[in-house]
Amino acid sequence: MLIRRPPDIPTREITEESAYFGRREFLRAMGYGAGVVAASAAVPGALMACAPGQADPDDKLTPWEAVTGYNNYYEFGTAKDDPAKNAHTLKPRPWKVKVEGEVARAADYDLDDLLKPFTMQERVYRHRCVEAWSMVVPWFGFPLKDLIARLEPTSKTKFVEFTTLADTGQMPLIRRPILDWPYVEALRMDEAMHPLTLMVTGVYGKTLPNQNGAPLRLIIPWKYGFKGGKSIVRIRFLERQPRNTWNIAAPNEYGFYANVNPAVDHPRWSQKRERRIGELFRRETLPFNGYADQVASLYSGMDLRANF
Amino acid sequence: MLLLALIPALKLARGVAIGYLGIDPVETLAITTGTAAITLLLCSLAVTPLRRLTGWNELIRFRRLLGLMAFFYAVLHVSTYVVFDQEGSLSLIAADVYEHPWVLFGMMAFLMLIPLALTSTKGWIRRLGGKRWNRLHRLVYPAAIFAVLHFLLAVKLDVRKPVLYIVVLAVLLGTRVVWARRRAATQAPAARQRPAPLTAAEPGN
Repeated sequence: MLIRRPPDIPTREITEESAYFGRREFLRAMGYGAGVVAASAAVPGALMACAPGQADPDDKLTPWEAVTGYNNYYEFGTAKDDPAKNAHTLKPRPWKVKVEGEVARAADYDLDDLLKPFTMQERVYRHRCVEAWSMVVPWFGFPLKDLIARLEPTSKTKFVEFTTLADTGQMPLIRRPILDWPYVEALRMDEAMHPLTLMVTGVYGKTLPNQNGAPLRLIIPWKYGFKGGKSIVRIRFLERQPRNTWNIAAPNEYGFYANVNPAVDHPRWSQKRERRIGELFRRETLPFNGYADQVASLYSGMDLRANF
Repeated sequence: MLLLALIPALKLARGVAIGYLGIDPVETLAITTGTAAITLLLCSLAVTPLRRLTGWNELIRFRRLLGLMAFFYAVLHVSTYVVFDQEGSLSLIAADVYEHPWVLFGMMAFLMLIPLALTSTKGWIRRLGGKRWNRLHRLVYPAAIFAVLHFLLAVKLDVRKPVLYIVVLAVLLGTRVVWARRRAATQAPAARQRPAPLTAAEPGN
């Protein structure tokens, strides 16, 4: 579902969560369910290409409380409820993003200047953690490819790397070296340019809460959640594949690609099934988190068992 | 002591009653019961060393209670796994145990605790005889080792808590090794003359 709104409407006025929760029930009650499916099937191909990652009608949105209260953001603690408790020390404005490397428009950008050209869209994505839980989240953001196009990477660029803030003033817990801060993640250029890959600034129609990675984070819905760096302060365009933080921490457990793959278990636990937050029983995990028809071709010919 | 050991269960019962057990209730159940089981198991293993150090023999009265409470939480923990994670499917469980050492370790620990819980009564001590009962109940040592390894493999990166449990267990088991060696060194000649004075009512391990 693609929703474009003029940027002058404050996000807080847009939609109440209750409306999100109720909308499918509302449609079903009105007997319009079949009509909606038919209508979306009738959307012309060109528009569909702009609106990928449409949620499965069976995917019920994970409640706001869970999306913003159950987080992995180790800079603010390792328990799931730590980030919501501790992330108030993060100051999401003013915010600078350094763009560097193999790119024509390398500079230190003020975040608001960087975001100005883009219209925020809602994207409902499945979000699958490497720990075998998942959510369905209505993100707000814009395709990373649009940002990359504006920054004009050189022809040498093969990878793009994202660095998370690591400031002991705002994140006192990083004094404990649980991970090798700052948190670094990266994508191959074709993954970064894929229309599903989203720069996120909001969720549920509101500004992104600190614990979710304010003010700017990445979401790659066919990969395990840890690929999506939070509170991004640097974007670097590179010729060579950089190493990502979890891969440095445990190379046999976390790879560079980290595509959701039920056929390749984490060395310690199964990835075959997952618990959708809010459900008691597990459900099957889908290859590429259910986005295989859109992204599997990126990896044709690659051994996904070796490139986990 | 019983009340203390029941606190985690009461917390869970309260959560069930008010219909809120955290954002992922299954995770809450699994972590609460697992942590309680391992903690109580280590407490039960602390009884003998504490008793020897302090000479406070009354402590022995708590050992069975602690062991049984550990087993009670282990049953809840395994039930959570069987019901919610594997939907009661034996084939799914078998595959999971076979493929993942942390599940195997947890399962080993649990299986070892079953005969100990079953033979925890005075009747069984009498039936087996103190010596055989003691030998059987030495299973608690490998059970505890498997349990803490299970805990270690279950966490992602932040291993402070399981490492703390491993250190505590190492100390508890280490004191037994040291004491056993010392006893062997000083009592070896005497042991030939008279058997170790163990009574059926108060077996030690």
